[in-house]
Amino acid sequence: MIWDWGFALEILPVLARAAIVSIEATLLGFAIAATLGLVLAVVRIAIPWTGWTISVLVELIRSTPLLIQIFFIYFVFPKFGLVIDAFTAGVLAIGIHYAAYCSEVYRAGFDNIHRGQWEASVALNLSSWTTFRDVIIPQAIPPVVPALGNYLVALFKETPLLSAIAVLELMQTAKIIGSETFRYTEPITLVGLFFLAMSLVSAALIRSLEGFLNRRTVR
Amino acid sequence: MGIRTLLGMLIAAIAVIGLLAMHEDYGLFLPQLLEGAVLTIEIAILSCLLAVILGVLAALARMYGAAPIRWLATVYVEIFRGTSALVQLFWLFFVLPQFGVTINAFVVAVLALGLNVGAYGSEVVRGAVLSIGRGQWEASTALNMSRAQMLRRIILPQAFVAMIPPWGNLFIELLKSTALVSLITLSDLAFKAQQMNQTTLKTVPIFTLVLLVYLVMSLVITIGMRLLEKRASLGLARGRTA
Repeated sequence: MIWDWGFALEILPVLARAAIVSIEATLLGFAIAATLGLVLAVVRIAIPWTGWTISVLVELIRSTPLLIQIFFIYFVFPKFGLVIDAFTAGVLAIGIHYAAYCSEVYRAGFDNIHRGQWEASVALNLSSWTTFRDVIIPQAIPPVVPALGNYLVALFKETPLLSAIAVLELMQTAKIIGSETFRYTEPITLVGLFFLAMSLVSAALIRSLEGFLNRRTVR
Repeated sequence: MGIRTLLGMLIAAIAVIGLLAMHEDYGLFLPQLLEGAVLTIEIAILSCLLAVILGVLAALARMYGAAPIRWLATVYVEIFRGTSALVQLFWLFFVLPQFGVTINAFVVAVLALGLNVGAYGSEVVRGAVLSIGRGQWEASTALNMSRAQMLRRIILPQAFVAMIPPWGNLFIELLKSTALVSLITLSDLAFKAQQMNQTTLKTVPIFTLVLLVYLVMSLVITIGMRLLEKRASLGLARGRTA
């Protein structure tokens, strides 16, 4: 029989537990990406001479495969005495990779702020820290939230890459089940369905969030 | 980033590879890695072609197809955009044989990546076609063109220019995704790197070179697409005619 419901039900709890690891990796990775991306975008504006360096750095990160970056962090860092476990290495790699993308999103948000806002802040003698915290960021972030949400979904779909360094997330667990039982159909299909369900749900959430923000923001 | 900066980065990257290759440790690995890079390029080119064809077909089917074809195209796009590329690759590689369909790893790689990027590409094509002003459609109708003629002669040539930058991004995504095929036994660049890393443990030189080689390939795509965009928009007064 090609599809065995009994077997599928049997492995479901195991996969569900692995799904939690995938979700953890997603949330931690995105926390790094969103924070580091914001820092990169702000530094670029606040300290003008870093602009060139940061854009080359972002280009470098975006032009090379995430899988190689994961290997790089996992295998190369220990050579310099920094031993980290597979989960941390994977989350770090995903976080840094998407930070490069997020920094461009934030940059687009900052570019949309009218020049008068900056000039007014200077006129009011606000420090650059206050300008960013109280004037620029509250206006720049809401319009780019949907774009960040898209990257959250994209990041979530990259977590199966962690299986390449043997993190026990969904894909790795499915592969292990497959190699133990010689039945790949159910585990891999279930993993696919899980990702599909999560992506569709989060896409719907992002769309409603977009609607909410559009209504709230005065244009 | 300007095309000059990109060219500068490309030349710098190639120069760094050349300089590193003079060092014993690095020179030793480079030939093997380049061999892997050839397979990476082959897979990337073939799946790019597949992705473009699928992207255009799916977009047209979603916009102008009869209801069943439209649903089929929508399901295709949602499934391939909604699941991760690695899952799709593994599904084709491990699950299809259980249904009695065995295809070799190379074909699986091209199919999976082409199908995946084609789904994203269909949205790019759709967006570009929808961005063409209504006046163009109305004028074509006024000239008594059939729908196929309108698409072929009026809409698609204009949409083509708008499509080039997002397709460029997708091609880079695709190139980066080719690293995944190393996980289904194909000896591409990433696979060679893993293999040599396991046998020699010279992690730093190997992975540094691999990153640089991927960077060179991405930059070539970016620069190529920029030039194509420049060329394609010649004679098109974008922004002035609505």
